[in-house]
Amino acid sequence: MAFDGYATAQGDWDLIVVGGGNAALCAAITAAEAGRSVLILEGAPKPWRGGNSRHTRNFRCMHKGPLAVLTDRYDEDEYLQDLLLVTKGNTDQDLARLVIASSEECLPWMQAHGVHFQPSLSGTLSLSRTNAFFLGGGKALVNAYYNVAADLGIAVRYDAQVTRVHLDGARFTGVDVTFGGGTSQTIAARGIVLASGGFQSDLDWLTRAWGPAAANFLIRGTPYNRGVVLKAMIDHGCPTVGDPTQCHCVAIDGRAPRYDGGICTRLDCVPFSVVVNRDGDRFYDEGEDTWPKRYAIWGRLVAAQPDQVGFAIIDSRSLGLFMPSVFPPIRADSIPELAVQLGLDPARLDATVAQFNAACRDGTFHPTERDGLATQGLTPPKTNWARPIIKPPFYGYQLRPGVTFTYLGLQVDRTARVAGPDGPLENVWAAGEIMAGSILGQGYLAGFGMTIGTVFGRIAGREAAAHVA
Amino acid sequence: MSLDLPQAPSEPLATALGPAMADAHRQLEICNACRYCEGFCSVFPAMTRQTSFAAGDLSHLANLCHNCRGCYYACQYAPPHEFNLNLPAVLAEVRQQSWEDHIRPRALARAFQASGTAIGLAIIMTTALLFWLMTQIGSGDGAGFYAYMAHNLMIAIFIPAFVGPLAIIAFGLRSYWRETGGTWPRLADLRDAFGSVAQMRNLSGGHGDGCNFEHEDRFSNARRYAHQALMWGFLLCFMATASGTILHYVFDWPAPYGLLSPPKLLGIPGGLLMTLGAIEMVRLKLRADPDLGARRVWRGEFAFIILLGLTAATGLALYAAGGTLLVQPLLAVHLGCVLALFLLMPFSKMVHGFFRLSALIIEAQKRRA
Repeated sequence: MAFDGYATAQGDWDLIVVGGGNAALCAAITAAEAGRSVLILEGAPKPWRGGNSRHTRNFRCMHKGPLAVLTDRYDEDEYLQDLLLVTKGNTDQDLARLVIASSEECLPWMQAHGVHFQPSLSGTLSLSRTNAFFLGGGKALVNAYYNVAADLGIAVRYDAQVTRVHLDGARFTGVDVTFGGGTSQTIAARGIVLASGGFQSDLDWLTRAWGPAAANFLIRGTPYNRGVVLKAMIDHGCPTVGDPTQCHCVAIDGRAPRYDGGICTRLDCVPFSVVVNRDGDRFYDEGEDTWPKRYAIWGRLVAAQPDQVGFAIIDSRSLGLFMPSVFPPIRADSIPELAVQLGLDPARLDATVAQFNAACRDGTFHPTERDGLATQGLTPPKTNWARPIIKPPFYGYQLRPGVTFTYLGLQVDRTARVAGPDGPLENVWAAGEIMAGSILGQGYLAGFGMTIGTVFGRIAGREAAAHVA
Repeated sequence: MSLDLPQAPSEPLATALGPAMADAHRQLEICNACRYCEGFCSVFPAMTRQTSFAAGDLSHLANLCHNCRGCYYACQYAPPHEFNLNLPAVLAEVRQQSWEDHIRPRALARAFQASGTAIGLAIIMTTALLFWLMTQIGSGDGAGFYAYMAHNLMIAIFIPAFVGPLAIIAFGLRSYWRETGGTWPRLADLRDAFGSVAQMRNLSGGHGDGCNFEHEDRFSNARRYAHQALMWGFLLCFMATASGTILHYVFDWPAPYGLLSPPKLLGIPGGLLMTLGAIEMVRLKLRADPDLGARRVWRGEFAFIILLGLTAATGLALYAAGGTLLVQPLLAVHLGCVLALFLLMPFSKMVHGFFRLSALIIEAQKRRA
């Protein structure tokens, strides 16, 4: 039943799954294991399959005792507290508890479906208790699931863009889809799972939400999450959750590709830097807290600066203190020379750095914990790791906002059923980023996106399989 | 992560290294900023010890790589991504270059590593030479194989043909050891490295399901097992020959040996393992994507597997043909293969075993340091 090329995808389908990432695959596999015939419509060509899952690396998992690679215990309440801390309460607690409680049984399920875990990666040891890392990362996970899908006889069509979802009242009847940008055809099925992600790679949509600044944003993940299906459902009058004007966005290397730069474009140098804007001025406390606790705010901070750009300046003493970045830093023997190379005003940057250096005081510098080494009489202050930038050569990185995902999504219930304009739709379920805004209304918790996708993917697959039986 | 690493930016260095080294350097810097593949094999933990890579570091990582390809299929930056990461291929090329640089004369290494034709011609020439020697000089009144070629003549040919190439390899390894910063091995390093080879740990995928060789992103242990059959088979055959030598000189018990003698008890299973291992390696190699290895030496590698298989198969055939007219031609072919295998040790894929074992020992030292 495997499909190649652009042959027709017509068939007697119990279930169509829209999307080809983690949530879609979990739903498709679960339904196929219940004996249903499943067609996956993945919008990306095969080498790019897997949506943002291909860039992920871990799964945040509740556990009552040591479980696989996870150490110690991580119970439901602690997990929920961690979530509430980042979302500032902007979460559906009922669904959040469902995801958290279900995460524990997911891990063995993932292993049984070919996912391999490894102990926490170097540089992320602090997560060894809470997060299970995929050996090889998210693409290896996606590959494993596609192999299981093939073994189960699930039909997979790549380059398949769903443009419309047909509803007859509260009942789904079929989708319009184009293969490889060709002519549109309508495919019918007895049910549908929507797992096609958010809209973060549609720059026009981002611009409508964010204003013209969005033109300078980089998209860290797939260019195929254009929110076409999400928009189709919104146009049907389906209620949404999550702030439509917000996205999760971090500061990344300004030289990253427009799309799909993934993990290795991140820059962890901010706590050891002086960060200035286009005009050579500092704008925020670079040493407010350890980087894992602050990296998520810097995308927004840089996005608020003129031209949505920032520049992190360090000296040679700090170069080995953070994970190496994928692009070599710009290097110069003096601050004015560095300014020229970075396109900044040399006198201004020199003055900013000199002012910073003058505000530094003696004390013990400790790179891995908050050392309290703060500036004196400087606005804004740098409250930790404030060591003068004096030892050449000097290095600079350009920072840009990198969008990870958007929060706007479809509203679902505990059975992953999508809410329609007049109550729940009969045979439409959703999983993954397209519905994650219910649970993750703000902020981000490492590895939680994959947890939502896995839990709700399996729920959607199970419920859809039961419904169309 | 270590905090006191060399901090020189790497671009000027990279351009001084040559195209393959420079590309390996570029790719490793991307890998080092990602690190998702840490658990697949020994390469990634070794890589994370550094933030910049000198030529010796690249050679070390390249010789640690067993070409399991797990990192390629898992890679979010593999082509068509613009970062264009293909670590198995670029490390294969760097590895290949490191052998060709350290082994002298370089011209021979370059000729035989890449060319299946050259290896084929070598086999034909060594076989013809032995056939000629048998017909021209013969044996006199020896028994068994020695009826065709005198024992002393065999010794006169094969001892230098074995010791000479080993000496070349020894010099090459000394040079490699210096480049990569290896020190005098301790017992623990040797235990670590030999343990890794005995289980072919670096082809396990880190999870035991094997590598990504013949089924793209599906894991399989086929290559790991085929390699071990070939390797253990080769070692058994080598021990069979060594035992024959000991019997001859120490116990004054010359060939031919019966079925229950050490040379046969070791040699027959060894020959079978080698033959079957080589056949399976050929099958796997034909299914695997050549673009994930050093493409320019694909034919040389292929011919080398054939040579190993042919050596074992002709040895078995020779035993089966005992007493018939086929013995003389088979003996010429078998000894021709053995001679070619010996002579080409430094200049063919055979040398990978020596370098990889060295890399594993040096890696054990670096881990300990």
